[in-house]
Amino acid sequence: MTTAISRDDVLHLAQLSNLQLSDDEITALQTDLGSILGYVAQLSELDTSGVEPTYQVTDLENIWRQDEIQPHGAGREQLLALAPQQQDYQIKVPKVL
Amino acid sequence: MTAISDFIDSSATDNVKKAIAAAKENESIHALLSLTEERALERATLVDKGEITGRLAGVPFVAKDNFMTLGGTTTAASHFLEQFEAPLQATVIERLEAEGAICIGKTNLDAFAHGGSTENSAFGPTLNSADPTRVAGGSSGGSAVATALGIVPFAIGTDTGGSIRQPASFNGVVGVKPTYGTVSRYGVVAMASSTDTIGCFATTAHDAELVMDIMAGRDDRDMTTLPDFFAPAEAPTALKVGVIKEFMTDDVDAGVRQQVATYVESLKAAGHIVEEVSMSMLKYALAMYYIIVPAEISSNLSRYDGVRYGRRAEAGNLSELYGKSRDEGFMAENKRRIMIGSYVLSSGYFDAYYLQAQKARTLLINEFNELFKTYDVLVGPVAPTPAFKLGENTADPVKMYLADIMTVPASLAGLPAISVPAGTTDEGLPVGVQLIGQRRDDAKLLALAASQEEAA
Repeated sequence: MTTAISRDDVLHLAQLSNLQLSDDEITALQTDLGSILGYVAQLSELDTSGVEPTYQVTDLENIWRQDEIQPHGAGREQLLALAPQQQDYQIKVPKVL
Repeated sequence: MTAISDFIDSSATDNVKKAIAAAKENESIHALLSLTEERALERATLVDKGEITGRLAGVPFVAKDNFMTLGGTTTAASHFLEQFEAPLQATVIERLEAEGAICIGKTNLDAFAHGGSTENSAFGPTLNSADPTRVAGGSSGGSAVATALGIVPFAIGTDTGGSIRQPASFNGVVGVKPTYGTVSRYGVVAMASSTDTIGCFATTAHDAELVMDIMAGRDDRDMTTLPDFFAPAEAPTALKVGVIKEFMTDDVDAGVRQQVATYVESLKAAGHIVEEVSMSMLKYALAMYYIIVPAEISSNLSRYDGVRYGRRAEAGNLSELYGKSRDEGFMAENKRRIMIGSYVLSSGYFDAYYLQAQKARTLLINEFNELFKTYDVLVGPVAPTPAFKLGENTADPVKMYLADIMTVPASLAGLPAISVPAGTTDEGLPVGVQLIGQRRDDAKLLALAASQEEAA
């Protein structure tokens, strides 16, 4: 069973996903997404009325700590150095508009 | 294969040199993406001088390349992080190093751990340790193969839906996926946060227990870790064991069933009470998994945008920078999962897919809980087949996903599950038995596996 996925569907999902795809990729994804969504659609046959969803499987609830700065192994300079372009302690990117 | 004890009480420098030589001899198998030789030898010197001591003093290991380590790159087997040098180490690496263990290199995986064969690596697949025409399994294929080839006595990996257990089964080593929350994930490349776990590969259950004992425990840098509970257990006696009927049908490879049945007989011979059990929700687990996990992936991988670290494409404006960097940095399977995630979370589809899957997950967990009122351990195969041929499943993503069908249920429920070697098929391909326990019964599973090893 497959779900029909149009070229426009793929383009819309690519936009939501911040992916710029080639034409070949778009065509392949139409088929692949259709067959994956077709497979997972079998869940619709389950009666889940009155069932609470499970979002996490620890029995932990909110864990609090003091709002204090803690060292986590890397400093500002090390982290900035990972950026492909930086200037004056800022990460540099091309113009937004 | 080697054991941890083979490396204790000998020169750490010799141990490291021996492991690195073995890694180089096996280069064509492509288990490792990089060696961290310089840092490893520096650490070995400190151990030899007695400046670092501990339960793993001088024992070499390898880490899947989605653990942040110092002394080299952390690529997640992706073009996106091909040049990425981590500024800090994962908590588990720190814990292992504190006990004297020495990381000698980083192992291959499906890019960002998305896959079940290690064929989705941006740098080419890892070959199976028993048959180089077959896959290593995945996504932690490199770690499984490095352990099976005896390059190191143990290796670490991540298991989100079977990524430790399945390659362990395909290569005939022990693979441990602990209770969700047992081991800190700080400093590990995130995939699906509600099922990601950290575990290990070893050649015996006893070695795996030692490694888990060191890695497990609460970490203030990962607020999802459980309070400390892991403690080595005594060999259990007269357990009630349930063999999962749905995992032993004719759809499962006959050689796999035969080996699992033999293991089950050995459990009976050891005095455990074995019965067949049935779970009606198992057939839906894979569908749940391939909704929930892509949803979490689409969110977790949004951080790879080409701005702060990793690959940045040439682009005239910011939105093109995001789109092109992500297109160049991700593999086809990464893109599929991100887009499935975007689909199931988007308005109009959310209730039918994502919410329905999370409700179905509750039903699956309820079914496990019901069985654990009667049974201590559930048993079945790890995967429906032994290692498949390279390229056999790459054309059809759903066919590839079906290799995870027996491992995803424990992941969705957060249960501990281990893969234990159970001989080979007639063709000589390794088969693994999966032992699934209740939450926090990790040590009991390992103690059971250890006592079966001794009996064999």
